Amino acid sequence: MKKILTSLALLGLLAGGIGAVGSAAMAAEEAHNAAAPTHFPIDEPKEMDWSFAGPFGTYDKAQLQRGLKVYKEVCSACHSMNLVAFRTLEGLGYSEAQVKSFAAEYTIHDGPNDAGDMFDRPGKPSDHFPAPFANEEAAAASNGGAAPPDMSLLAKARGVERGFPRFVFDIFTQYAQGGPDYIHSLLTGYDQTPPAGMVIPEGTHYNPYFMSGVSLKMPKPLSDGQVTYDDGSPQTVDQYSRDVSAFLMWAAEPHLEDRKKTGFRVLVFLLLFGALVYLTKRKVWEGVAH
Amino acid sequence: MSEGHSTYTPKTGIERWFDARMPLPRMVYDSFIAYPVPRNLNYAWTFGGILAIMLVAQILTGIVLAMHYTADTNLAFNSVEKIMRDVNSGWLLRYLHSNGASFFFVAVYIHIFRGLYYGSYKAPRELLWILGCIIYLLMMATGFMGYVLPWGQMSFWGATVITGFFSAIPLVGDWIQQLLLGGFAVDNPTLNRFFALHYLLPFMIAGVVVLHVWALHVVGQSNPTGIEVKSKTDTVAFTPYATIKDAFGMIVFLFFFAYFVFYLPNFLGHPDNYTVANPLKTPAHIVPEWYFLPFYAILRAITFNIGPINSKLGGVLCMFGAIVMLFLVPWLDTSKVRSAVYRPWYKLFFWLFAADAVLLGWLGSQPAEGSFVFMAQMATLFYFAFFLVVLPVLGLIETPRRLPNSITEAVLEKNKGAGGGHPAGANAAPETKG
Repeated sequence: MKKILTSLALLGLLAGGIGAVGSAAMAAEEAHNAAAPTHFPIDEPKEMDWSFAGPFGTYDKAQLQRGLKVYKEVCSACHSMNLVAFRTLEGLGYSEAQVKSFAAEYTIHDGPNDAGDMFDRPGKPSDHFPAPFANEEAAAASNGGAAPPDMSLLAKARGVERGFPRFVFDIFTQYAQGGPDYIHSLLTGYDQTPPAGMVIPEGTHYNPYFMSGVSLKMPKPLSDGQVTYDDGSPQTVDQYSRDVSAFLMWAAEPHLEDRKKTGFRVLVFLLLFGALVYLTKRKVWEGVAH
Repeated sequence: MSEGHSTYTPKTGIERWFDARMPLPRMVYDSFIAYPVPRNLNYAWTFGGILAIMLVAQILTGIVLAMHYTADTNLAFNSVEKIMRDVNSGWLLRYLHSNGASFFFVAVYIHIFRGLYYGSYKAPRELLWILGCIIYLLMMATGFMGYVLPWGQMSFWGATVITGFFSAIPLVGDWIQQLLLGGFAVDNPTLNRFFALHYLLPFMIAGVVVLHVWALHVVGQSNPTGIEVKSKTDTVAFTPYATIKDAFGMIVFLFFFAYFVFYLPNFLGHPDNYTVANPLKTPAHIVPEWYFLPFYAILRAITFNIGPINSKLGGVLCMFGAIVMLFLVPWLDTSKVRSAVYRPWYKLFFWLFAADAVLLGWLGSQPAEGSFVFMAQMATLFYFAFFLVVLPVLGLIETPRRLPNSITEAVLEKNKGAGGGHPAGANAAPETKG
């Protein structure tokens, strides 16, 4: 009987062992075939330093303003940002008046009016960013069959799987920047030569950081000097990519600063309260062996 | 807590007035103040209280969220985003609720594993255990339906996959699936009925919790030695002893919970759920919430037909069978000794089982291909072997270590010379438990 028990115990251990060997073998197999990779992205996103990372992270408002400029002048030609209202741009450090005039630069299709007609009017702070295409079908038709994704939540809707054991460490390092890291890597990942023998479908562009294949339909969107910065920041693809990634993080999570600030207070409170309750507990149980 | 055992004496006129008409203060006094608890309970026993506050927290945040949520496939996703962006403290409510579901499951898994380790399911606590299993099942249904409500990609495809299980049942499968969906595919009727049920089920959980606590107060709590309470010195009064210890356990738990809510609110979620549901675009990997992953791994481990049972039905049967095992534990375990503390072999297998459950969870998150399939099959085999072979056989052949004669003796042995003696609160305990 003991034998049966021991072998059952071994079965549990065996399952783990086989798996470890198996996945190592699979990883080795993949590494051999660079021209036809089966797992994406080919390269992992580069981890950048973000001002909003960590327990005391805050947005760099100047960076968000630059990112907004990149979005407005480049991305917004194809990508909508339906969930973001102009009024929230005050979170980027703009005054109410600045937001008002920023909104007024946009034309909003509104109506019907009293006469039953649709009409165009200048944007108001309560409006959301208007979409570049009338509907998703139009967006798809103008972009080779695939509609460019809405950007409101992109920084939270993208993220390369971290895998074991990294996702455990992420709890302690509070790594939650998978989205902006991915976007930055993708935007700076064009212009690379695919490995010899790799087949790149026509009308697509090789990018080793793309999550779902060897290449994507979006051509390289940014080039050096394309957007003019008036605060002296470098006008490079890398800088543009960082700024727009930070801006998209803000667009996806506008209350991030509030959240982290509240969190610190909550944790400090729980720590102090917990210490008091622990001491009380010690006092109550004093003299009662347990 | 049944009458006749009560030590409650109303002191003021109002208390006497109430006690003669509806003895609610007496019930509260007997259940939460004078109620005798074993003096040797460790922190694993604080999770019952933790689960109670998690349930209340989920109901409270959920009710406020429901005031702002719209259950319509065209509006649901944006109504959640409205909560996140425009509702006052809406982001906090929503993150509390979504992470609260995860931490509810963290607590319930610790609670269940505590029960398995210390043999808390053994007579006379079988019904208590089964009521707990029913709560767990209701929680799973609630959690699953709640995950569908934001109407993201994983909501939609998770719902598609999970309701698809039911179509594997012979004869009535398709009918059950269509009843769940309100149609032939996940759509607006599905979302509406899931919302209605997601609002209903927590109150059903609360109802079963009342039964669970009732049963607990009839049979009394188990304890780390697994020896029944024999005399007054074995117990202390619930208040202040258990209340203060539970309070400390809750605060520590809330600390971890808050850490995730405020610093890693999306760590336990899937990025795809921030993309609105699209019935025409299947995500690369459909993965359920983490707390379902072990069962998902078992489901996908059955890749072969067994006689007339095809692999799909086999997977579904194994998955539901994995939960049925829990219901049967009181009768599968043949040991006369409750606690793993005195069962060296059981202790080993318990930890192997815990490791197996974690392994299954990890496998559930991986694609079902290559060596992962074989691993999942081995882990599934061990999962069932633990319940169907180890539990019945061990009880018959294992030689347990010597049991102490009483809880008090065990405690004094542990604290030799550390001022054991008579617990100060023991006098407050009713004489009935002994």
